[in-house]
Amino acid sequence: MSIWYAICDALPVEMLHWDFMKNALLAILLMAPLFGIMSTMVVTGKMSFFSDALGHSAFTGIAIGTICGIAAPLWAAVLFSILFAVLFSYVRSRSNHAADTLIGVFSSTAVALGIFVATLGGDSFTKYNQYLIGDILSITPAEIGALALILVFVISFWVISSNRLTLTAIYPQLASSRGIRVGLSQTVYTVAIAITVTLTISSVGLLILNSLMVLPAAASRNVSKNLKQYHLFSVVFSLIAGILGLVVSFYLGSSAGAAISLSLAAIFGISFCFRGRCK
Amino acid sequence: MRTSLHGSNCGDSCCLRVENLSVQIGNDVILKDASLHVHCGEMVALIGPNGAGKSTFLKAVLGQQEHGGIIVFSAPGQRGKKPKIGYVPQSPQFDPGDPVTVADLFVCCMSKRPAFLGASKAMKQKILECLDRVHGVDLIDKRVGALSGGELQRVLLALALEPIPNILILDEPLSGVDVEGMSTLMDMLDEIRNTYDLSILMTTHDFSMLEKYADQVALINRGITALGTPEQVLSSPAFEQAFSRKGGAL
Repeated sequence: MSIWYAICDALPVEMLHWDFMKNALLAILLMAPLFGIMSTMVVTGKMSFFSDALGHSAFTGIAIGTICGIAAPLWAAVLFSILFAVLFSYVRSRSNHAADTLIGVFSSTAVALGIFVATLGGDSFTKYNQYLIGDILSITPAEIGALALILVFVISFWVISSNRLTLTAIYPQLASSRGIRVGLSQTVYTVAIAITVTLTISSVGLLILNSLMVLPAAASRNVSKNLKQYHLFSVVFSLIAGILGLVVSFYLGSSAGAAISLSLAAIFGISFCFRGRCK
Repeated sequence: MRTSLHGSNCGDSCCLRVENLSVQIGNDVILKDASLHVHCGEMVALIGPNGAGKSTFLKAVLGQQEHGGIIVFSAPGQRGKKPKIGYVPQSPQFDPGDPVTVADLFVCCMSKRPAFLGASKAMKQKILECLDRVHGVDLIDKRVGALSGGELQRVLLALALEPIPNILILDEPLSGVDVEGMSTLMDMLDEIRNTYDLSILMTTHDFSMLEKYADQVALINRGITALGTPEQVLSSPAFEQAFSRKGGAL
């Protein structure tokens, strides 16, 4: 961290004089490629509703962790999200319901359970507001370290499994005819989404977290011709929106998560206008 | 037209031997005692009404469906070696907006290098060689969602031909292809089987191509109810019964 602080101090940028802004910028630089990469498969695999549901389950995990007196409720949330993701995959593979129906069932149950647990014994819900809105300015070096670890893990996983996951998402019959068994890869992928969502929920906020999981790839899809451009633009858009959102929130005093989401929405709007020319 | 051998003593000329194939899912008997021999270099068409068991037959042959009976492959002159099977599944409905090119599809299927890094030079050369077999070199940078039905079938065929198989299995290759495209595709399949001396087993709903291209036709209706040359099967009582009851798929 000291090297990063030294780099920031050397930059003639006013907002980087404060340590919390240095932390926030580093977190953004790690989160942006993470969301950029993961959103490509969320969009290709038509899982945007699913990643939203995972965010809700993470909130439930935090509520359960808090009520149980666990020192770091975030890790309780990670465990609950993983359980949620694995249980959902299990039920989906053994049910004839459409995926969106099952997601609705799981998501609403998770939210209801979260609110139920959080308000048990007449407790106030207010203390959970930080997870709904998020505050990236209060991110700790330990959380940044966890983000760096998950980024390394996701990139490694992507290099190994993205071909198989993409083929299964766009043409499952061809994938299975070529002996591709993606059960394990898909479970690892959903677990990776669960961990990413949970680790970033307190920084970005549950209400807008899913926009970061969907918008980078959605905007990239408007202007990409192939998978290389799709991934590249998704990460670049995510980075631009992350930095822009942080700067805007610093000078206007608004929520950083909301500013990042709005920046992404603006990029989506611009890419939408250019969609015909680039393909 | 090649002479169709059918019997238990085909010897080396038999590329695929299916004996008494039965498939039952729950209480539903999908196929019963279906027997078929596909000889080397032969094009065999499976026809039948919807839900008659054609795709189930192919799945069983491909080992993707539990079944009773015997299925034996043999590669000509390569006794003991596992024959290579090329398979073209039913055409998918690719999302037109997906940023996945034909080259990306090949890389996803054939390479360990992630497709998001793009194809290596060697891989690109290999993809071009594969596409050249189906006269589709110009399709390499097209998005899969933008391909016409005929172009998509050629791309899927090119994928199934790498490596060159002993038997090529196609599930409804003519569906979604216009009339002109059908002739082009069937001419191509004919050329491929002659060039590479491979056998072709395909399901189809289109009977107009059978007489010109197929050596053998098997009518499937929960079992094989007619087997022979296209003329024999298309004029058989079983054929009339199968399609008149279903409202005529002709």
